Amino acid sequence: MDKSDEGYGEWEELVAAALLGTERRRDGGPAGSPEALLDAAAVHAVRRRAGLRPAEAGRRPEPAPRDPRPVPPEAAGRRLAQLLAGRSGPVNGGGRRGTAPDLTELLPQWLAAAARHGYRSPASLVPALLDAARARTDLRPQALALAGTRGLWLARMNPDWRFALRGGSGGTGELPEVTDRAAVERLWQEGLFAERVALLGAVRAHEAAAAPRLLMTTWATERAEDRLMFLDSLRVGLSEGDEPFLDAALGDRSRNVRATAAELLSALPASALAGRMAERALACVGPEGVTPPAECDAGMLRDGVVKRPPAGRGERAWWLGQLVEAAPLSCWRERFGGLGPAEIVALPVAAGDGWTEELHAAWCRAAVRQRDASWSRALLGPASAPPAAGPGTASLAERAKLLETLPHAERAEWVAEFIRAHGLSEAFQLLGVCVVPWAGALGRAVVDALDTARDAGSYPWSFSGVMGLAERCLDPAEASRLEALTTAAEDLPDAAPGAAAYWAEAFTRLVSTLRLRAAMLAELAPV
Amino acid sequence: MTDQGDRWTAEQVLDLAPDDASRKAGGRLGGAGPWSQIGGSASGSVWGLCKGSGSKPYRTVVDLKGPAYKCSCPSRKFPCKHALGLLLLWSAEGVGEPVEAPEWAAQWLTDRAAKAARPPGERAAPVDEEGARKRAERRAARVGAGVTELEQRLADLLRGGLAGQEQAGYAGWEETAARMVDAQAPGLAARVRELGTIPSCGPGWPARMLEEAALLHLLDRAWLGVAGLPEELAATVRSRVGLPASGEGEAVRDRWLVLAQYDTVSPDGRLTTRRIWLRGLADGRPALVLDFGPPGRPPGLALPVGRVLEAEMRFRPGSAGLRADLGERSAATAPCAEVPAGVSTGAALEAYGEALRQDPWLESWPVVLGPVVPIPGELGWQLADAEGTSALPVPLTGGGRSRGGLWQLAALSGGGPVTVFGECGHRGFTPLTAWQPDSTEPVALS
Repeated sequence: MDKSDEGYGEWEELVAAALLGTERRRDGGPAGSPEALLDAAAVHAVRRRAGLRPAEAGRRPEPAPRDPRPVPPEAAGRRLAQLLAGRSGPVNGGGRRGTAPDLTELLPQWLAAAARHGYRSPASLVPALLDAARARTDLRPQALALAGTRGLWLARMNPDWRFALRGGSGGTGELPEVTDRAAVERLWQEGLFAERVALLGAVRAHEAAAAPRLLMTTWATERAEDRLMFLDSLRVGLSEGDEPFLDAALGDRSRNVRATAAELLSALPASALAGRMAERALACVGPEGVTPPAECDAGMLRDGVVKRPPAGRGERAWWLGQLVEAAPLSCWRERFGGLGPAEIVALPVAAGDGWTEELHAAWCRAAVRQRDASWSRALLGPASAPPAAGPGTASLAERAKLLETLPHAERAEWVAEFIRAHGLSEAFQLLGVCVVPWAGALGRAVVDALDTARDAGSYPWSFSGVMGLAERCLDPAEASRLEALTTAAEDLPDAAPGAAAYWAEAFTRLVSTLRLRAAMLAELAPV
Repeated sequence: MTDQGDRWTAEQVLDLAPDDASRKAGGRLGGAGPWSQIGGSASGSVWGLCKGSGSKPYRTVVDLKGPAYKCSCPSRKFPCKHALGLLLLWSAEGVGEPVEAPEWAAQWLTDRAAKAARPPGERAAPVDEEGARKRAERRAARVGAGVTELEQRLADLLRGGLAGQEQAGYAGWEETAARMVDAQAPGLAARVRELGTIPSCGPGWPARMLEEAALLHLLDRAWLGVAGLPEELAATVRSRVGLPASGEGEAVRDRWLVLAQYDTVSPDGRLTTRRIWLRGLADGRPALVLDFGPPGRPPGLALPVGRVLEAEMRFRPGSAGLRADLGERSAATAPCAEVPAGVSTGAALEAYGEALRQDPWLESWPVVLGPVVPIPGELGWQLADAEGTSALPVPLTGGGRSRGGLWQLAALSGGGPVTVFGECGHRGFTPLTAWQPDSTEPVALS
């Protein structure tokens, strides 16, 4: 055996000689000439590669907790991979979109359906799911739920996915037991903001009264924007128990915090604030007419009334609106001699003075804030009535909010009736608050209205908003009924040129999207 | 179509897309909506009419064996979005029972079949043996001159010392590489270019540069003495220098399991190289099939990972017997019912070492490793034997692979043991395909 058996040591010498150059190295060394140096290095390189040995293993990761949920059927898994791969696809902007189905909304629907079946993600797709959840916050809760324990296990190792460990995306196992007082206390003191919001939610769900107690421990030292966010998080599941805390917040340093506290208190009809507001509102409004407040006093200010009106609004009308909005709706029955909401709304209250509009708008806001279905119903009026003549408000945005306080079936029925009476041009916002997939009558009303719009001869892109909604929201079972609309007819005499062909194309796309959704949902059915 | 199980996955279809835009457009066409008259033949082709913006629908045909595509649309992308959409539709929903192709599809398919059936010699010009020998001699002489010049360049490098290389820059090596291209030794040119990039590669570069320079020197010396080498080694040297393979290799008929398929794009973006790793199920022999695609086009050959095809593989002489050309094969592929048996980390390195005896310039050797546990680390990943404490490092770059595939591997393992196929070499182990603990379905790591 020759000397190169000494291996590593000699290799270092060769590298040193190569760095310096043979020209400057007169003492011979391991290799005199450049060629001899290359010869020796070649032998060494091949020997080193041929003689490689494994390294010492590092610390292994803890095994991921088992996820007992089943994986989706194979075809559904492939579909998910396809949807995740195409998720960054551009949303086709405006104009014609051809007949190809619109895939952008399918991923959220896939995730929602998978959640209903109780699946976990195929392991190989967990990284893509985490990436999708990172890019699209609207997908996050469902993507993380699907990724499950495997997703959290991975997220702990990759800083890009740290977001998955924060936020209360239900059952992540990251929050301490709410009964573990020391752990709750520690996370509340040291946690990230989102962790603390999640913790507050968990504590509240366990014991309503414990949440304000926890908030009080640090309230004085929280930053104003954090105080506002914590207060806002009480909105869900607001109860009488929160009143003392909210009452105290009425004296907060920050105006936004004070206003939010007042708003929340007014949504509690039995609260002292609601009582005070009722008293003020009842003094202004009654069967005899409307007398808006003459001034905005200190008490009103403390209860969250904003003194300065926005540009273009009268001061007194502005104050009146705020009082009525914050007063419990239940206080009006007695004031109007036992009448119900519909009858009160129909009264020509002070019509001569022009306060009706102001009053109805305030009642609308109150109905939304107090989630009062019977007042909403009264303010919406019959769906078939012309929008401008509606009792409460002509604003579609406010009507949509009112609709949200109604039960699902009633909402769909009302919107269907509205579309049958007034067509589609104003229905977009109202459709947005209906539950997906659309109930049968609602879906049929939309399809019939689209068909009518086609017969009227306009171009389909005038209805692209509703068409897009239909692609996402129509029950896939409607596809076969729609098939008849996909055949291109001759242009009607009055129609815009080529409209018939464009309509056929739009309906074809609608049908193919529905078919795709149907196929997707069928794939997800357990085998 | 003879076998419904032979369908590709959506991923495999989308892998054929020439660019992202086509991938998305194809995805949108992958539903039944715009399609009519869809059908497929028993011999492995699909066709359909796709409604476009014009009055006449586009006629799209795909020969799945190639795969090869034909579409009446004006797109110059290849395959076009219609062909991709058709394949997606076929992969997701199928096209029903095999039927006779309609006239417009049949014509093209028949032409293709006729072309394929023609004996390979028919199209080539008559062989001019004397001329060929002269050309080979002239080329050998030019390569020889290039090799001599390169030796001179390497000697100068070592005489002056590597220390100056960090400042010397890349241009000098680029020029030498161009000289090697002129000398018709593309293999040497590629190695020289590689050598020129080492000084900018971070710590430890002098040792790596010496190693690469020494192996290049070894190749030069081997070329100069190629006449005296055993035939196998001589063939290896010729192919490493970049000469076309001479002579027929060994033909092996077997059932071949497709272990991996991935593409790399040349630094100038002009050429896509597709590597397909296969393994003979009868005698365990590995095979590497390469295919190339010009700019904007993926290589034509696509074999779905995890499927088994019956075929004749013609191995090229030299290069440790890895390079092979796919010969005649049956149209249908079948799923593989079992996970290939894996070896330990030590055995993987031994296999690489063994292969170096036949080809000292070999960068890596295909190995099924397992059971192993992936260990993510901020400084580097490892694959560790499930039993024992030995591990192989995983190079974070190289092979054109992203880190995404590593996270996929970690996700599959969940901290437990997995079986992994990949390339094992002196830089470590590059994972390409993995099997989940409780499934025979391989996952191609992206």
